[in-house]
Amino acid sequence: MTRFSVFALGLLCSGQALAAGLTVSAASSLTNAFRELAPLYEAQHSQTKIQLNFAASGALLQQIAKGAPVDVFASADQVTMIQAQEQGLIKADQRRNFVSNSLVVIVPLQSRAAPASLDDLTTPAFQRVAIGLPASVPVGRYTKSTLEKVGLWAAIEPKMIGSQNVRQALDYVARGEVDAGFVYGTDAAMMADKVRVSFTVPTEAPILYPIAPVAGSSNAEAAQSFVEFVSSDEAAAVLAKYGFGKP
Amino acid sequence: MTQAWIPLALTLKVAGWATLLNLFLGVTTGYVLARKRFPGRDLLDAVLTLPMVMPPTVLGYYLLVLLGRNGPIGEWLVSNFGINLIFTWQAAVVAATIVAFPLTFKAARASFEVVEPQYEQAARVLRVGELALFFRVTLPLAWRGILAGLLLSFARAAGEFGATLMVAGSMPGKTQTLSIAVYEAVQAGQDDLANFLVLVTSVTCIAVLLAAGRLMPGRVPGQS
Repeated sequence: MTRFSVFALGLLCSGQALAAGLTVSAASSLTNAFRELAPLYEAQHSQTKIQLNFAASGALLQQIAKGAPVDVFASADQVTMIQAQEQGLIKADQRRNFVSNSLVVIVPLQSRAAPASLDDLTTPAFQRVAIGLPASVPVGRYTKSTLEKVGLWAAIEPKMIGSQNVRQALDYVARGEVDAGFVYGTDAAMMADKVRVSFTVPTEAPILYPIAPVAGSSNAEAAQSFVEFVSSDEAAAVLAKYGFGKP
Repeated sequence: MTQAWIPLALTLKVAGWATLLNLFLGVTTGYVLARKRFPGRDLLDAVLTLPMVMPPTVLGYYLLVLLGRNGPIGEWLVSNFGINLIFTWQAAVVAATIVAFPLTFKAARASFEVVEPQYEQAARVLRVGELALFFRVTLPLAWRGILAGLLLSFARAAGEFGATLMVAGSMPGKTQTLSIAVYEAVQAGQDDLANFLVLVTSVTCIAVLLAAGRLMPGRVPGQS
């Protein structure tokens, strides 16, 4: 009994990290690439332990705005980063674009339908289309602005299955729960065994991911060094492996 | 602020259906578990209680895998009835019913177990049939506890979030319940809307609790 109590007490008090923590909030589409980058960075900076936090860029922004202890913010679009900058949440002078991405339409691998253009998505063959929620998910924002520009948003919006982040949209397509979905080229490449890319959507502006240290960071030096590391050749090689382009 | 009333109406609809389904499922299961002796009864009770203790995301994943287009139940529903549950309000009802089910059947089982057997014996002596006995003696005696369980289940169903988000998605006006609308408003930084939704939710909860107090009088209905 005593032994159990000691164990239970230990469990309740565990979790104290010895190394200085660096919390990196990154867009969902960066999940796999950043999971590989973090140990690389830690290997070079043994005194720093990286905590990764993934969600839709808009959700990450709200966490930072409400005072979450975040050191570095990597967003999937400029809009979110500009909002962060306007609220004075990031160090604007150190903000930089580090990768580019593409917007694609995917269908489940076993699907017989093969849309060739955005117009095809308005046909009855496509009842449900997964799109990130435009209010907080950058991929949804890119999709909505592109569809609005070509005058198809009104026709496709009723078919929209909103997703909380890009990976949820990818999952819905991979499971065949929707007929098509809008995701990034990098996400589609990750699930090549379950989804098929129908075509790349030409976006109005190029999709560039910005990264910046958070203004309230308690570990400013490490935050700056991580931002620089992500733009290094070594990191670029890892990012390229996951399909990200140069900015 | 129609943005708040539509999710509220949807939440009440989903929770209402879930409670109605639980009235039948929970009372039946509670009665069987309280009165019948069969091997594996305790195990069955434990398995049926799982939705209450499992993380909603685990339940949501189970439901997505089972009810999805490629899942065993989902495929059967699509090929036989042309019904695709995922991303519909009915999927939200399924999720809400399952998470709230343990609260109903636990309360029902406990209520049936404390019904004094003498009353039922007396009714049998008076040659009351078994079905009539259940509806005119046993159920009225157990009703108070069952009602309390049902109200808890209604509250739990109305607050359901994790599993619902996974199987019903978040479509405004179709599957976006109050809890999901609050989550989304916060994610999108719409604090004004979030504040209003939270207020509506709180007021609704208090109203339900007050109604619960009225519905449960200090007497056992069957004895009057």
